[in-house]
Amino acid sequence: MSEWESVIGLEIHAQLATRSKIFSGASTAFGAAPNTQACAVDLGLPGVLPVLNRETVTMAIRFGAAIDAEIDHHSVFARKNYFYPDLPKGYQISQYELPIVGKGHVFISPAEGELKEVGITRAHLEEDAGKSIHDQFPEQSAIDLNRAGTPLLEIVSEPDMRSAKEAVAYARKIHSLVRYLEICDGNMQEGSFRCDANVSVRRKGEQKLGTRAELKNINSFRFLERAINIEIERQIDLIEEGGSVVQETRLYDSERDETRSMRSKEEANDYRYFPDPDLLPVAITDEDIARIRASLPELPEQKKQRYIDELGLSDYNAELLTANRETAFYFETALAEIPTQNAQLANWILGDLTGALNKANLEISDSPISPQMLAQLISRISDDTISGKIAKEVFEAMWQGEGSADEIIEARGLKQITDSGAIESLIDAVIAANPEQVEQYRAGKDKVLGFFVGQVMKQSQGKANPGQVNAILREKLKP
Amino acid sequence: MTLKSTDVRNIAHLARLHIDAADIDQYAADLSSILDLVDQMNQVDSSGVEPLSNPLDATQRLRDDEVTETDQRDKFQQIAPDVEQGFYRVPKVIE
Amino acid sequence: MASSVTEIRRGLAAGEFSSFEITQDYLARIAQHNPALNCFISVTEEVALAQARAADAALAQGDAGALTGVPLAHKDLFCTDGVKTSCGSRMLDNFIAPYDAAVIENFLRDGAVMLGKTNMDEFAMGSSNENSWYGSVANPWNSAHVPGGSSGGSAAAVAAGLAPGATGTDTGGSIRQPAALCGVTGIKPTYGRVSRYGMIAYGSSLDQGGPFARSAEDCALLLQTMSGFDRRDSTSAEQAVPDYCGALGRGIEGLKIGLPKEYFAEGLDDRIATVIEAAVAELRKLGAEIRDISLPNTGLSIPTYYVIAMAECSSNLSRFDGVRFGYRCDNPVDLEDLYKRSRGEGFGAEVKRRIMIGTYALSAGYYDAYYLKAQQLRRMIKQDFQQAFDSVDLILGPTTPETAFKLGAKTDDPVSMYLQDIYTISLNLAGLPGMSLPAGFIDGLPVGMQLIGNYFDEAGLLNAAYSYQQVSDWHLQVPEAFQ
Repeated sequence: MSEWESVIGLEIHAQLATRSKIFSGASTAFGAAPNTQACAVDLGLPGVLPVLNRETVTMAIRFGAAIDAEIDHHSVFARKNYFYPDLPKGYQISQYELPIVGKGHVFISPAEGELKEVGITRAHLEEDAGKSIHDQFPEQSAIDLNRAGTPLLEIVSEPDMRSAKEAVAYARKIHSLVRYLEICDGNMQEGSFRCDANVSVRRKGEQKLGTRAELKNINSFRFLERAINIEIERQIDLIEEGGSVVQETRLYDSERDETRSMRSKEEANDYRYFPDPDLLPVAITDEDIARIRASLPELPEQKKQRYIDELGLSDYNAELLTANRETAFYFETALAEIPTQNAQLANWILGDLTGALNKANLEISDSPISPQMLAQLISRISDDTISGKIAKEVFEAMWQGEGSADEIIEARGLKQITDSGAIESLIDAVIAANPEQVEQYRAGKDKVLGFFVGQVMKQSQGKANPGQVNAILREKLKP
Repeated sequence: MTLKSTDVRNIAHLARLHIDAADIDQYAADLSSILDLVDQMNQVDSSGVEPLSNPLDATQRLRDDEVTETDQRDKFQQIAPDVEQGFYRVPKVIE
Repeated sequence: MASSVTEIRRGLAAGEFSSFEITQDYLARIAQHNPALNCFISVTEEVALAQARAADAALAQGDAGALTGVPLAHKDLFCTDGVKTSCGSRMLDNFIAPYDAAVIENFLRDGAVMLGKTNMDEFAMGSSNENSWYGSVANPWNSAHVPGGSSGGSAAAVAAGLAPGATGTDTGGSIRQPAALCGVTGIKPTYGRVSRYGMIAYGSSLDQGGPFARSAEDCALLLQTMSGFDRRDSTSAEQAVPDYCGALGRGIEGLKIGLPKEYFAEGLDDRIATVIEAAVAELRKLGAEIRDISLPNTGLSIPTYYVIAMAECSSNLSRFDGVRFGYRCDNPVDLEDLYKRSRGEGFGAEVKRRIMIGTYALSAGYYDAYYLKAQQLRRMIKQDFQQAFDSVDLILGPTTPETAFKLGAKTDDPVSMYLQDIYTISLNLAGLPGMSLPAGFIDGLPVGMQLIGNYFDEAGLLNAAYSYQQVSDWHLQVPEAFQ
């Protein structure tokens, strides 16, 4: 394995979150009955013509500005010609020679402390195809053209990734970026964010790229990693057995956990690109670019730096909190309630909350514990109403929907005992009941203190303030 | 430029046109004579001339992002050769 | 019977006859003559009579538009809601368009009546109307000759008095050449003047709709309705439309007219040259200044045009795949069979030739040599005209190198057919407006004179043609059989 190096580039198709399609006034909403959102233009009826949706251009420029890319003043739409039943016109309107977004780059962090730059070759606008459904009818394929004409931003990376892990980190980075920019909802299940991976292998030290296979049909980050790793192994095995890799499109089958050649795309493609005569060149002025640049939200890199510089968070925590827009939003909403407790907040979000969300397979935006609820919980620890240990119990109850932290503390009687008289009497009882341990402690066995703390906490059902228990115990146990 | 019958078959495949075997030679001859006409373009040196794809040299007008279309499926599918349950149908495609 | 748009408007306004009556008259003429001429693919009698009744009601209420009650015919590539729109092709023989083209909407808005849909070369590809799935059209001046194409049905219908006016489209001469061959007046406006929405595309960067009629004055009326910005067509010009009729009659005193020497060179029938020279002499008498000019790249316009038009059509016609509309072959065994046989059986030979040449010109390895090269030459051809218009206001020449040829004379040789477009094609490449008007006869067949204007100067073209038609009567001639 170690003598091989894999080379990976990704083509990401992000559906742009517009109301209407890229070249028609039909709705882009997901899930409508078949062909009810395919208008005359989307169907490619004879005589219809495309008119470009302004918002798609703005969104492409937003993306370009965010990846520090060259944005040309002059951009051209071209026809990519091929026949397929879900491609109504027999050509896809895309961009070829002059895409809106030119060369740019992003930084990825595949592991803690690692930082790697990934080049983006280009990003261009194009229309999505419809859907072919093969299991609707026994003898026929069913064609639904609702998706036809949905705007896509195709983001093409340089072949800069060297492992599946890096490819996933890059894909996650782009996913986060398009959602920060509010240009794509990022829903991979609905196909709003799709990854194709170009994978090749070569012996380490070799300069020339190996023959690549293009992996399609990957609809989660987990499958992306899996599909790439499987493909890398397949290619290495093939070469080691004396074979050679064929340039082809392969489909990842998550059920069988394998990639296989796509018969329908076997034929060598000759797309006959040429400028679409129904559309004119798009003119983009410096003012347009400046205006759009000025409207960009704080991007993950900037946010991360601010968390480090202004909030004093660790690089790692700052990275995790800004990795997606929703987590950062959650953090910032909670932080507004408890501005001085950012470290505790970060720990709760990245620890218990993330754990619970993962277990329940929920997004943070669907968390049953709101940012305000979590903030209240944390402030009850800092004001000594409850201990950190009790807080876990309160968190669990909040997750189960039993109410806010205050309500749960009240209802379950979890308020911490801070009355030193009450604590003293508990301690006195424990000391009286354990003379042997008292002897040991006084003989210099400091560890026994833990036993006493445990006993006192147990007697108090966990509600005694641990700090006070410690201090009073030390005092009372003095020889 | 002379096209052979294999060229005609390849082009016809790319364009998804069925051509009767008996007609291939005639197409090859016709297409070759058209290409001879087209080759007259080479009489002139056009190096450095910027290509013109649209006669007016204008730029694209942009549309506001508004939904203006309503569902007309029933009307559109009346003229379709094979529809069922709102879908267009084609012979089964194997991917 | 009133036979011009202008006369019909006047008669309707004066109450001399109703729209219903005049529409019935035209339907009767169509019924009488169409079997021999084959101008119409569809005669929309019911639609026409219903529209005529509505027009009469509007006229009675004093609620008339610019063309209320005027019966017209439309080339069968303008989509008409609920009416078959065949494009002269078996592919669309079953195609009932589910919407109206912008041009059709404009005529409805202005109250015109639709008599029917006219015959044409399949998908507008041809110069003789012989490439129609519905058969060829006879030239009303001599039924053994072609009417020209691709808008042959419209030109012949107007020439034979089966409609006072008709629409056409012009990609390389498809309005002007049949107008010349049938002895009627036709104008192709500047690219972008008339919306292409709903006009079934042949060569998208070349196609432009326009009218046929008996005179420049009638053409001005029809073009007025057809023109205007349409936000559904990205190539539509966002520019005000002048009052074309109001611009007529201002004379041509001092107008500088250029005669390109390349339009009078080898290949032109001498007798046509003589006819055009006589017309030029008339214009000189009207005060025009005649100058010799040169359009040096004229000879390149044919190869350039065919590469661009065929490349564009090869892609434009991919949507005819037997899936959502149009012809589908019987019992396809698989998807490839569905595509290949639907398209192979649905398209005629000329359409297939052009799709194949276009496919070849765009394919990997040939793009630069063909398509890119053609686009460079296209700019050079446009620059020729721009230079010419620095010194003249209009350009004049013959519309065609010969008069209407015999049916079948060129069907075996596509290239000789293409050469018919030598004087018309370069305007489409440059996007300029041009018109053809009758200027004489040779052996009983009409000769067309072409006027070429600067961008968006349709008013100047129409005015010059109108001035000529005030001192000539070629446009008033009617073939004997149709008087």
